[in-house]
Amino acid sequence: MVDTVRTEPAPSRGRPPLRSIVVWTLVAVVGAVSWGVVALVRGEEISALWLLAAALGSYAIAYRFYARFIVRRVLKVDDTRATPAETLRNDTDYQPTDRRVLFGHHFAAIAGAGPLVGPVLAAQMGYLPGTLWIVVGVIFAGAVQDMVVLFFSMRRNGKSLGQMAREEIGVVGGVAALIGVFTIMIILLAVLALVVVNALADSAWGTFSIAMTIPIALFMGFYLRTLRPGQVIETSLIGVALLLLAIVGGGWVQDSSWADAFTLSPEALVVALVVYGFVASVLPVWMLLAPRDYLSTFMKIGTIVLLAVGLLLARPTLQNEAITEFASTGDGPVFAGSLFPFVFITIACGALSGFHALIASGTTPKLIEKESQVRMIGYGGMLMESFVAISALIAASVIDPGLYYAMNAPAGFLGDSLESASEAVAGLGFAISPDQLAAAAASVEESTLVARTGGAPTLAVGMSQIFTDGFGVGAQAFWYHFAIMFEALFILTTVDAGTRVGRFMLQDTLGNVWKPMRDVSWKPGLWLTSAVVVAAWGYFLWAGVTDPLGGINQLFPLFGIANQLLAAIALTVVTTILIKTGRLKWAWVTGIPLLWDAAVTLTASWQKVFSDDPGLGFFAQRERFSEALADGEVLPPARSLDDMEQVVTNSTVDGILAAFFALLVVIIIADAARVCVRALRDPSKATSTEAPYVESTLVAPSGLIPTRRERELMAAASRPGGDGGGGRHARPGADGDGGSLR
Amino acid sequence: MSAVRGVVGRAVAGVWWYLREVSGETAYDRYVEHCRRHDAAARVLSRREFERRRQDDRDRTPQQRCC
Repeated sequence: MVDTVRTEPAPSRGRPPLRSIVVWTLVAVVGAVSWGVVALVRGEEISALWLLAAALGSYAIAYRFYARFIVRRVLKVDDTRATPAETLRNDTDYQPTDRRVLFGHHFAAIAGAGPLVGPVLAAQMGYLPGTLWIVVGVIFAGAVQDMVVLFFSMRRNGKSLGQMAREEIGVVGGVAALIGVFTIMIILLAVLALVVVNALADSAWGTFSIAMTIPIALFMGFYLRTLRPGQVIETSLIGVALLLLAIVGGGWVQDSSWADAFTLSPEALVVALVVYGFVASVLPVWMLLAPRDYLSTFMKIGTIVLLAVGLLLARPTLQNEAITEFASTGDGPVFAGSLFPFVFITIACGALSGFHALIASGTTPKLIEKESQVRMIGYGGMLMESFVAISALIAASVIDPGLYYAMNAPAGFLGDSLESASEAVAGLGFAISPDQLAAAAASVEESTLVARTGGAPTLAVGMSQIFTDGFGVGAQAFWYHFAIMFEALFILTTVDAGTRVGRFMLQDTLGNVWKPMRDVSWKPGLWLTSAVVVAAWGYFLWAGVTDPLGGINQLFPLFGIANQLLAAIALTVVTTILIKTGRLKWAWVTGIPLLWDAAVTLTASWQKVFSDDPGLGFFAQRERFSEALADGEVLPPARSLDDMEQVVTNSTVDGILAAFFALLVVIIIADAARVCVRALRDPSKATSTEAPYVESTLVAPSGLIPTRRERELMAAASRPGGDGGGGRHARPGADGDGGSLR
Repeated sequence: MSAVRGVVGRAVAGVWWYLREVSGETAYDRYVEHCRRHDAAARVLSRREFERRRQDDRDRTPQQRCC
């Protein structure tokens, strides 16, 4: 079904070699059979490996055919043209970087908690809708967006998405994009921080392990600064060893008299996170952020590899249903709303992520060696992210559905005891006894697993099952806390880095009004803007933690909408560029994903704002609770009049935000449409914003494995005066594939 | 046997090369090469000075991390 990928034949002359035809036919058959099994087998448990095979087969075909078609026909990459890394080379910002190294950097920058958390929540609809969207979405929307944004930014010397929006669409579009990016980032930080709070609340083990990352990072920072400058690998290895010790140590602390000191309420954790966020963002980067970034990158890549290997070894079967009834009824406990549009909103990053457009128009375009490498880095990087999302969906689908709902429904719905939780889950049509709930918590050495919302604990339970079965070593409790640590670590890195980025945006904007602000190292300005950013996400975090209706339930859709709307902005910008550069014929490549994304997100915003179902619409919810409040009534799950007031406030704020996001995007799309119509009416007026053509003197392969012809060219290029350096890895010009002909 | 050792050796060397490149450990080597290429007489920063300056530069250029 899905993998009959609509591809156009590659424009190469002559027939492809027989071997290539056989291999790709096989890949297509394996993919098709796997999809058949995933989609059609009912009434018996299927192996998770079918999902992996279906996804990998589809990725391979999409990368080989669709991505190549876009690169050749639509973007018309030109490897004789020098990239900004070559023309503007200064060996700091602009620098030709080996494609494999740049792939690593790009992937580390785009991968985060989103593709891990979103699919876990979306498992409420069953594994099938999530899998389909993760795979189809990445092939036709997410990876296309990343690659095309990367390409256009590269052709404009690495301009940011905001700058491109301003130049291509106009001031209105540009300002709307800037405001959009800032507010969306605040919501993102709040939701991610909320995931951490929910994972650490009342868990001495988790809190201790995460708290220890601060002294570990500080130690690494000083070690790198003073003792061993530049020795990043050595420092990171020491850091990872200390980190593993901290995870093991968490178990000891939990059983010791220190346990109370690290058992924190959600509210206390919010305060701790806000204080941490502020301090971390005003400290110099070398002290905390940089070492933390090394640690989280190593952990991230390591854990993803571990999960993939674990899945292959454990070969778990899926316990989740293919499609649950919540897909059509829309009254699931994890998040409200039916399959369309909310499964797309919830999965977000694993299939299409607007945030990637910021990375793809940030550092990556300034480092790329050859235009054709956008396929491997932009498209390939996003395929890898999608693979992470599929793995997370599998991890959430191999745990018992009863446990899944007991962990992910809001606390107010599940009640205070194991018995009430068991009854509530039975009410949803699933079964888990109080004893089973107690046993599940005991197996990971947590006091309880009931209402551990946010996705991280569920993923950690799933991963710990896979790791214990797959590797046969380590207690489940260790792997559970390992997984929690892995997620919390890089969420905190994102919070720290995101606060800084927000601060810079604020300083930059305020600098236009009041000059001293423009100096980014001016201390009072730095503290003030950091405080504003921290206070902004801190507010939403606090509201989420204390929300009687469950913060994730309320805020995650807002985060998903925000992220997908940012994608709509990015797709609008690139579609406008395609049309303005005379490629109307190919505008569907980004135009169809844009239409789909706009339909999904605007429908979701519409429902969140205007639905009269109080479970779904923010204003309907507000009305219901404020009317009851006026009568002095307390509606469950609220427990007091204060709770009632809080629900009213939160739903008002959330509703206004949902409306605001949608309005921003409508403005940008309308403004872009105006620009496109004008460009089509009078093509001569459309001015080029591309950097001028400069001929390239660099030689570098396009794909991961160099073709024979590329090898010959590289060998020829490195011969005069080249230091050769044999072996596949010691690249000509050893550092960053320089291979300069100069 | 020696063929196997050769393959393993190359794989290890490849991983090591990749880790050093990805982690930025080779930035200093590249900087020294850059200096030599442009002006052989210019003073080249010591590794400590270079790494310090590189870290401090990061204070002025925030790097986005994604969700």
